[in-house]
Amino acid sequence: MNGMVTLAVLLLAMSLAYRLGRARSLRVAQAAGGVRALHSRPVHYGVLAALWCGVPALVVLLAWAVMGEHVLQSVVAAALPAGWADGMEAFEARVLLDRISAISKGEALAQEGALHALQVQGAAHMAALRQTGQLAVAAVVALLAAGGLWYAYRRIAPALRARNEVETAVRALLAGCSLIAIVTTLGIVLSLLGEAVRFFQFVAPADFFLGTVWEPNFSSADTGAQGGDYGQFGLLPLAWGTLMVSGIALVVAVPTGLMMAIYLAEYAPRGLRSVAKPVIEVLAGIPTIVYGFFALLALGPALHTAGQWLGLEVRAASALTAGVAMGVMIIPFISSLSDDILTQVPRALRDGSYGLGATQSETIVRVVLPAALPGIVGAFLLAASRAIGETMIVVLAAGNSPLLHANPLEAVSTVTLTIVNQLTGDLDFAAPQSLVAFALGLTLFVLTLALNIVALYIVRKYHEQYD
Amino acid sequence: MNNMTEPTAAAPDDDARARLACIRATLARRHARERRFRALGQAAVGFGVLCVVFLFASILYKGVPAFWQAHIAAEVHFDPARIHVPPPPHPHSDETPAQFQERMHRWREQLARAPWEDLLVDALLAHLPPEAAQHRADVARLLTRGERYRVREMLAEDFSLLGKTVALALLADARVDVWYKNAQQANLPDTVRRWAQELRARGALRLQWSSALLMNTDSRASPASAGLAGALVGSLYMMLLVIVLAVPVGVASAIWLEEFAPKNRFTDLIEVNINNLAAVPSILFGLLGAVIFINGLHLPLSAPLVGALVLSLMTLPTIIIATRVSLQAIPGSIRQAALGIGASRVQAVFHHVLPLALPGILTGAIIGVARAIGETAPLLLIGMSAFVSTVPRTPLEPSAALPVQIYLWQGNELRNFFEARASAAILVLLVLMLSLNAFAIWLRKRFERRW
Repeated sequence: MNGMVTLAVLLLAMSLAYRLGRARSLRVAQAAGGVRALHSRPVHYGVLAALWCGVPALVVLLAWAVMGEHVLQSVVAAALPAGWADGMEAFEARVLLDRISAISKGEALAQEGALHALQVQGAAHMAALRQTGQLAVAAVVALLAAGGLWYAYRRIAPALRARNEVETAVRALLAGCSLIAIVTTLGIVLSLLGEAVRFFQFVAPADFFLGTVWEPNFSSADTGAQGGDYGQFGLLPLAWGTLMVSGIALVVAVPTGLMMAIYLAEYAPRGLRSVAKPVIEVLAGIPTIVYGFFALLALGPALHTAGQWLGLEVRAASALTAGVAMGVMIIPFISSLSDDILTQVPRALRDGSYGLGATQSETIVRVVLPAALPGIVGAFLLAASRAIGETMIVVLAAGNSPLLHANPLEAVSTVTLTIVNQLTGDLDFAAPQSLVAFALGLTLFVLTLALNIVALYIVRKYHEQYD
Repeated sequence: MNNMTEPTAAAPDDDARARLACIRATLARRHARERRFRALGQAAVGFGVLCVVFLFASILYKGVPAFWQAHIAAEVHFDPARIHVPPPPHPHSDETPAQFQERMHRWREQLARAPWEDLLVDALLAHLPPEAAQHRADVARLLTRGERYRVREMLAEDFSLLGKTVALALLADARVDVWYKNAQQANLPDTVRRWAQELRARGALRLQWSSALLMNTDSRASPASAGLAGALVGSLYMMLLVIVLAVPVGVASAIWLEEFAPKNRFTDLIEVNINNLAAVPSILFGLLGAVIFINGLHLPLSAPLVGALVLSLMTLPTIIIATRVSLQAIPGSIRQAALGIGASRVQAVFHHVLPLALPGILTGAIIGVARAIGETAPLLLIGMSAFVSTVPRTPLEPSAALPVQIYLWQGNELRNFFEARASAAILVLLVLMLSLNAFAIWLRKRFERRW
């Protein structure tokens, strides 16, 4: 609440600084012979003044908003009578401090019982501290804002290159934004790596990557305390399940998507193309949970019945069900990528083929497709990477049975499915049962990254051929 | 002349005819192959379209009926002889909000002790033969549990109802609903079914449009009144936050990369990195969120804010790529004209290039956001699979999300009932996503410019 008020005041001050800076630039310009004597437009002087007034103060305000409560809590915790946290778990102490925060803000009442006095005392201390803190922050913010404004105001002169300074600030902001993508990648790699390393302190990497049995014990409470048996964490059954499901998906999606792209790019009349293309792309926009739901609800039972007709035992939730559903999901991905690639093949190649008397299909199969092959392989690899990383369809429709077997009609388990299973519910970052999710995630990341890099390399190289 | 040439012409003529026949045969085969190839293409397109049609038809077929639920018409008497509750407290000027909350809380406890179930059962017994009075427990099971809380809330909101009789359509239990719609699928106990049949025969039990699905939050005790309100609000929070967080940052970094970045190894690295990030499986973003936002920064579990942060990071590359494509589509002559009359590069971009590229940027961004709100897997990993029965007031409170709600409902034990409910939730999610997409397409059609 208080922070909001300060923020509003600061924004007001910034707009005031803008007006002051602009007015001053006009005034100094008049002395020097009119607006044309200024290096930059008056607007730039105004923005410069506003930036100097606002940015340093905003940084302080933001720092208080992010860390203020934390600082208050640690100061109050240090001032509480010694030994207050004895016999408490770390999270209980944190809950108590959060409660003290809430009481001091008037959002809650102190609980009855042993902790009543502690809470009241802590809250009173914290309320006093908070008031001081807020006053101090407000003072610092006011000082910075005024100082910044004064500095910028004094500098305004016809020769000041205000536009360049403002634009440097803008560019720095833009460049900062594009660093976020790098930071995200680093964040993914580091967080996966960090937790995976902790997992490998429990389980040897060889046992994980080469193990053929996936049988973790359920909870850390039963076995973890004795430092004993966590169960077996073998990656291979999951990797094999992933391979099976994505293989089936690609078998469904690649021929269908490719034929679709060929028909739409080469044969279909304009009208049909303009209707069918967006309709099929709707498939790409449907959330994967919907595919999973219908795989479980409609596709699984249908495949089961079809299996009975053929005398086969098909499980409703099996690698086949998940694979087919995933295949349907990937079709538009393949077809739109291939479509782009096919339409890029130069007209001259086709004309040459027709000139030699080839039919359209012969031209496509013998001339266009070979020319487009690198791009299509790239699309195939991107689709494979997407299939490997797909989660919700397998969570719902693959059946979750981490056994090593070669029958696609049986239930399987995959890497992504296991990540979800091991990590939903309570997040216990100390037990191998949940840490294994990060080792699995790391495996998944490396796999998809390799596929993506190869695919992007191939696609890029192909682009250069005809440009 | 003819006689002279005939013998010599006969041989090549035969030869030509044979060749022609051969060509005809191969040509027929080649044309047949051509037709087969074309048919294969048509079949592929047909399959794709069929999948779309099947998906939407089955969502509508399964989901729409969930909006019409079995209700029992009854007249509920708010009997002052059985509801012994004083009028609700009003805030005094000399107490803190927390103290008033405390008094309100105590009043609510008193209110909760009134025999709501009995009042409802009495209302139902009016429709039933007299012997039903001996089976009050079975009659009570006709109604979903949430109805007693609804009646209680009616009184809490409007205390003048005390002593009055109100005609209500009471929501029937989930099993009764399934039985009403399809008697074969239901596992309704015979003792309850008997009274349901009785009510149906008298026309008191009938299907009626129910807003429960949209207006209520999820409920375990009362499945028939479980709704999407919490999930919908959670998803809307996340949508807004993703728009606020990911779109400006994505557009800014695309502008820098496309217009200002020097061409060197570092910017190459950023570019490759963004392309790769766009293809990283979404579940890995969930792992990132679990480690950094939950375990590292101690942000609350299942909060829309955390979900939005994760989804923003996930959507960022999509928005950057879309923005770059639409910036590339603006011809260089626009930039050169601006620079030529003395604009700086920043001015050229912000005054001329960006406004022209804006429709394309917005289209790409909206499509990215629409995809983000349909995402499930990363949300499961940051604790959003928890059962939450409140509508979040701020993005920091625990909340459900639409895709996660679908996931939770499809796994519910009351399968027959929740299949339809989950389909209806899918319907709501798709309506949200498709209207975003339609808006994006409209934007593009309305403002797109070809150069």
